[in-house]
Amino acid sequence: MPALLIEMRGITKSFGAVKANEAVDLSVAPGEILGLLGENGAGKTTLMNVLFGAYAPDAGEILIQGQPVRISSSADALAAGIGMVHQHFHLAPRLTVLENLLIGISGRSGRIDRAGGLGRLAEIGRQHGLTLDPDLPVSALSVGEQQRLEIVKALFRGAKLLILDEPTAVLAPTEVDGLFSALRSMAAQGLGIIFISHKLNEVRALTHRCTVLRHGRVAGRVDDPANTTSAAMAQLMCGHEIVPPARGASTPGGAVLTLDGISTSRHSGTALRDVSLAVRAGEILGIAGVSGNGQRALAEVISGVRVPDAGQMTIAGQKVSRYSPREVQALGLGRIPEDRMTTGLVTNLPLADSMVLPRIGTAAFSSRGLLKPDAIRAFAEAQIKAYDIRCPGPMTRAGALSGGNLQKALLARELAFDPKVLIVSQPTRGLDIGAARFIHEKFLDMRAKGCGIIVIGEDLEELLVLCDRIAVMYEGRIAGTLDSADATVARLGLMMTGAEGHS
Amino acid sequence: MFRLEVRVSTPAWFNLALPLLAIAATLVLCSGLIALAGAGVIEAYGVMFTASLGDSYAITETMVRAAPMIFTGLAVAVAFRAKFWNIGAEGQLLAGAVASCFVGAIPMSGPLAMLLMAVAGAAAGAAVALAPATLRVKFKVDDVVSSLLLNSVIYYALMALIEGPWKDSFSGYPISPPIEDSANFPVLLEGTRLHLGVVVALLAAPLIWFLIVRTTLGFRIRVTGENPEAARYGGIHVERVLISTALLSGALAGLAGVGEVGGVHFQVMSDISPGYGYSGIVVAMLARLNPLGVVPAAIFLAAVMTGAEAMSRATGVPAFLSDVIQGTALLAMLVALLFTAYRIRRVGVAR
Repeated sequence: MPALLIEMRGITKSFGAVKANEAVDLSVAPGEILGLLGENGAGKTTLMNVLFGAYAPDAGEILIQGQPVRISSSADALAAGIGMVHQHFHLAPRLTVLENLLIGISGRSGRIDRAGGLGRLAEIGRQHGLTLDPDLPVSALSVGEQQRLEIVKALFRGAKLLILDEPTAVLAPTEVDGLFSALRSMAAQGLGIIFISHKLNEVRALTHRCTVLRHGRVAGRVDDPANTTSAAMAQLMCGHEIVPPARGASTPGGAVLTLDGISTSRHSGTALRDVSLAVRAGEILGIAGVSGNGQRALAEVISGVRVPDAGQMTIAGQKVSRYSPREVQALGLGRIPEDRMTTGLVTNLPLADSMVLPRIGTAAFSSRGLLKPDAIRAFAEAQIKAYDIRCPGPMTRAGALSGGNLQKALLARELAFDPKVLIVSQPTRGLDIGAARFIHEKFLDMRAKGCGIIVIGEDLEELLVLCDRIAVMYEGRIAGTLDSADATVARLGLMMTGAEGHS
Repeated sequence: MFRLEVRVSTPAWFNLALPLLAIAATLVLCSGLIALAGAGVIEAYGVMFTASLGDSYAITETMVRAAPMIFTGLAVAVAFRAKFWNIGAEGQLLAGAVASCFVGAIPMSGPLAMLLMAVAGAAAGAAVALAPATLRVKFKVDDVVSSLLLNSVIYYALMALIEGPWKDSFSGYPISPPIEDSANFPVLLEGTRLHLGVVVALLAAPLIWFLIVRTTLGFRIRVTGENPEAARYGGIHVERVLISTALLSGALAGLAGVGEVGGVHFQVMSDISPGYGYSGIVVAMLARLNPLGVVPAAIFLAAVMTGAEAMSRATGVPAFLSDVIQGTALLAMLVALLFTAYRIRRVGVAR
């Protein structure tokens, strides 16, 4: 048994009265891929921030190769051989790949060793299949390539331990395979890897061992993830059994949302080309596809922030004419955005403000230009209670809430007004099993009530569980639509690459 | 060893403690300059205090100076809430002064003249602010630069007016003709310069607070400032909100000019504002963009300005110290704002 690469002993860290980590032990051996599991708020991120030097622990110690070390900044962590790939990348978009690699590591003379950098980049690329064009600006890279660059950056600086915080959340299924083979190759060379993820099937496929956190403490360890069931791991994470919701039969009514020959100009991202689809009352329609195939434009048109060049849209039988968010909302559209923080909520203002934002002008929350603060507060408080949103109160800064709670808040704000159509993008991205389950149940409730739901997603298994029909988008078109009874991951995957047309 | 750590939440008492801390730090830092000028620090600050807040007359003088900075402070606070970076309160103030002076020189009944002066001044300020806002909304022109540079345009336009066609024919100096006596704002306390405009300024602060906190326009301003994308998706017409904010901000800055013409100078001259528009930025920052906080912040800066002159006479320290204090206060407040997002933590040595 080789010496442990890294060992954290008895780490405790509190924020005020909240103990984010309590007496947590964790270790990684060279060549080992450790899965770090836990629901949102279980303390995974805090623990990794302690390891990476962003927080000082209140108690406990960190040993690297048996030696106690003090890590009080990310520079210390890098020097100690710890590299971290955050969920949100830390790259300079206007600089090239090579320049991003060389930031902060110019020689003592102040000169930049470009040739040496190119050599190392090529070498790392060969070893692990992590190839990148050194002269491309980061802004031209796909999300997957940016992630690759972050990994290369860590290796470039001599990381012996690599921490990846939910790396697959931003990747398409095909990219995940590439990431996994690179990680396996690195582990084979003796690197230690900590892999944080909610996706248990990925954890089971990749990791050698798992540490599970719950409420800031170690809830258990899994020594043989490949032969442990997802259900058993989920139970460790949540402390109770998780049963996937059952989608009962439903009899869809008339169409509540129709798109007829919608095309958009190539303003930003992929344009829509002659998209026609219909969502019926009491039906969940999935939109599958590799990201960047027009899903964003589709969501923007339906949300009323982009005017199509051609085609027609109706909501609840009414023709949409102005394509403004206010118009589509008045016709009965609810919207759960892909990016909660940028297009959904206002992180610096109280949660209550975000919860009433789309309807602030309605009689429920204001009259004659004056706000009704009591009504706003009461509404927020009622929703916090009804959806079990964990926060100190409606006046808490929205940004202080965890992703799962924010998603619940967004759901609460839309569902409170009984939308006729709901458009949802990546509904459970970054959420833990418990929160995802809750969100799914709510969708099925709405479906039973006769709401038409359109779910844009990349997680095919989620779509198959949730949706009655699944349409596949490819290069701005609807490549085909399948009843979910006829759909399989393999078949959808094939359609997503444009190989099979079907309708 | 110390380090900065991200804060999860900011305690409420910080809103009061931070400006006070910034002011204390400013006074400590500037005491070095006083000592350098060869005066006693305690004595100098003592004179400054008595001359600005020591007796009722001094207080009225400080309030007269605070009034324009309350208006410009509110103008900046409102604009910054929407992240409309209005650095142009100075030019808007001057425009308001010119417009109100034109109106005030027309013979009519006193109250009507005062009302029309206020309307004209506010409209002129709003019109000036509309330019950078329109450029930003239509052409994405940086509002910091355009609103700042517009100050010089307005200033030299004013100079051209009072050096040229609008020059007072009686005195021959580069000053405008005076407004009608009946348009002079009434003095509220016999023997002082405390005029009606000061009261209006004090009333404006709670009104603007109400607008920001309790109206849908205020809600839209706040949301647009914090996250324009979420605002747009939420059905808020972001461009319209920015234009409304600019008009409101410009009108407030214009009212600062109205008060100076109607209550203090009764005409327009080149130095009608000793930089009240720029001081408004300091005031708004010290107030943490809270309209109610603007009043004490403006009174503080006004006290420094009034006090600095007396201190200069008594101790020989140049009155420019007041500018240094203003600048230092802004920097100290910006540093203090760091503590709303971070806290300092002592890092213990690991065993």
